[in-house]
Amino acid sequence: MAYISQILFLIILGGATFFLVQRIRQIRKNIKLGKPLNRNDNTKKRWKIMLLVAFGQKKMFKKPIPAILHLFVYVGFLVINLEVLEFVIDGIAGTHRIFAPFLGSTYNMAMNLFEFLSVMVIISCVIFLVRRNILHVNRFKKIEMIGWPSLDANLILITEIVLMLAILNMNAADQVLQNRGADHYISTGTLFFSSILMNSLEGFSTEALILLERGAWWFHIIGILGFAIYVMYSKHLHIFLAFPNTYYSNLKEKGYMTNMNAVTNEVNMMLGIQPASEAPIPSSEIARFGAKDINDLSWKNIMEAYSCTECGRCTSECPANLTGKKLSPRKIMMDVRDRAEEVGTSLAKGGKGLEDGKTLLGDYTSHEEVNACTSCNACAEACPININPLEIILEMRRYVSMEESASPASWNNMFQNIETNFAPWKFAPTDRFNWANDLTKK
Amino acid sequence: MSETTYNVPTMANKASKGENPDILFWVGCAGSFDERYKSVTNAFVKILNKVGIDFAVLGSEEACTGDPARRGGNEFLFQMQAVANIQVLNGYNVKKIVTACPHCFNTLKNEYPDLGGNYEVIHHSTFLQQLINEGKVSLKGGGEFKGKKITYHDSCYLGRANNVYEAPRMVLEALDAELVEMKRCKTKGLCCGAGGAQMFKDAEPGNKEINIERTEEALATGATIIASACPFCMTMMTDGVKSKEKEDKVKVLDLAELIAQGEGL
Repeated sequence: MAYISQILFLIILGGATFFLVQRIRQIRKNIKLGKPLNRNDNTKKRWKIMLLVAFGQKKMFKKPIPAILHLFVYVGFLVINLEVLEFVIDGIAGTHRIFAPFLGSTYNMAMNLFEFLSVMVIISCVIFLVRRNILHVNRFKKIEMIGWPSLDANLILITEIVLMLAILNMNAADQVLQNRGADHYISTGTLFFSSILMNSLEGFSTEALILLERGAWWFHIIGILGFAIYVMYSKHLHIFLAFPNTYYSNLKEKGYMTNMNAVTNEVNMMLGIQPASEAPIPSSEIARFGAKDINDLSWKNIMEAYSCTECGRCTSECPANLTGKKLSPRKIMMDVRDRAEEVGTSLAKGGKGLEDGKTLLGDYTSHEEVNACTSCNACAEACPININPLEIILEMRRYVSMEESASPASWNNMFQNIETNFAPWKFAPTDRFNWANDLTKK
Repeated sequence: MSETTYNVPTMANKASKGENPDILFWVGCAGSFDERYKSVTNAFVKILNKVGIDFAVLGSEEACTGDPARRGGNEFLFQMQAVANIQVLNGYNVKKIVTACPHCFNTLKNEYPDLGGNYEVIHHSTFLQQLINEGKVSLKGGGEFKGKKITYHDSCYLGRANNVYEAPRMVLEALDAELVEMKRCKTKGLCCGAGGAQMFKDAEPGNKEINIERTEEALATGATIIASACPFCMTMMTDGVKSKEKEDKVKVLDLAELIAQGEGL
């Protein structure tokens, strides 16, 4: 009889692990739809960036109030997960609070810390809900947030609050049971925050309290496992991907644009120049110039899309978006993820995948959005986890110009001027040095 | 025009005498052709002359770096420009380049190395700051800008793109002026609206022009001078001030112009 709960627990844990592994594999596959890119250099610098930006949340602190609230939720997530370890062991072994006898007063301190963090998580999440739904924070109200993205955000916050409340209730019931000397309920010492709830539970029978305590325990662990699976389908994936995403950050100056080696080969051939290196630069990866669909982007671009938590700091700093243009860097990232999901899901079902007649540029992102970018890097600078929407926009521009020849007419004029006059304006190249006349004449 | 004449040697002049100047002044298309920005080029040449720097320009051998083509998506045209420019630069054995255009600066510094063009490239704001630090430019008593309110508009290609935030501000400090910051400055500086080849086309439909948004912010500081360090920013901010009908009270000036004027050049 006693084994039933253990078996049930193992089945739930095993099932959750199975779904998680499946989903992680799928995301990995989706990211790998992108082109290869080597970001394995400079490991020391990369670890440093990851520690500062992801672990240390350096860039979050540009906005101190949300940063502090976010820090509580983040530390809460990291630390309270230690308690989940005890949950799992208890669940498998059929024990209750297995660490309590070994740790003694340290256990009490740890539990009090967890409770403090739970309370802070609840307070932070409530404030976040108010910010999102009642206060007018512009970046949460943009057009791309309508529907699922806003619901997703609220579901995450509500789930976190409910999970934390379950822990506090469980601990409160546990303490009442300890006082009554119920079997298996080992002393934890006073747990400050949950003990406040004890009064309201005193009237219940011991059986009811055991039911409440066990119910809260199961609710919390099933809730955590369910949430872990949910996260894999949600914008909330940043809690894991922020780490690799910052590790694989671009290390070059933000102003740098990657060189298209396939074009270099052609230019060298046209100009009759021997390339500096003996072997021609490999260009096998070039199927088309620029990006029309997600497989034209790099795996890093797609990883960034999966890492994006849609906070909208990029969009709120974007000069185009601020002045009412359609472009929103956040939407660019959401488009990339949505398209990667679509293609990945289709491929997993043996569908047409990339050949479904749709493309990132055109069906998700419009030319108007791509054209509106000033390449000012405000989005990349603003992103707390070093996502770079600009790189994706510029890749799409390359496709528009070189494959579609569909750049705006004024740009085509500018290109022509550069080609014929070596300047973006229509001036004779022979007049280029005329500016000096005023300086040199007597 | 001033009475004095100035030397503007070309690389070709220098090479014919068997000389290789210490530094190449890359003028850029705006610096060569744009009526307003030509005076920035002039101001910078005057400073170079006064300080006695051994410099040269490419003159009519210079061509667009290709930045607007690359940002507009035309990689092929960019590389054609870049490879041709690199052939000229390497032909003259150029080692160090200074330019007053952050877009040229970014391209020459960050993007030409991929195509075989390796130079030490500095923006004129850094160059001017170095001259001030070395005492080669000293504005006695601050000159005509002493005590005036100046706000500096960060160029994206200088700031976020290349992390040059302090040099332009240190140049302005040398003027003994009162430097006032806009609400959005440095890493959070708002673009003038012209980067990424936007200079060469109309903006997409929206509810405001970016340069108006930025100009309003600059005017809100109460500054009488908006300092810029980029030809595109210069155009956008000047247009913005005009459309706000403030051109009599507020001037948009480049760092080189401020220093040259401060020196009485």
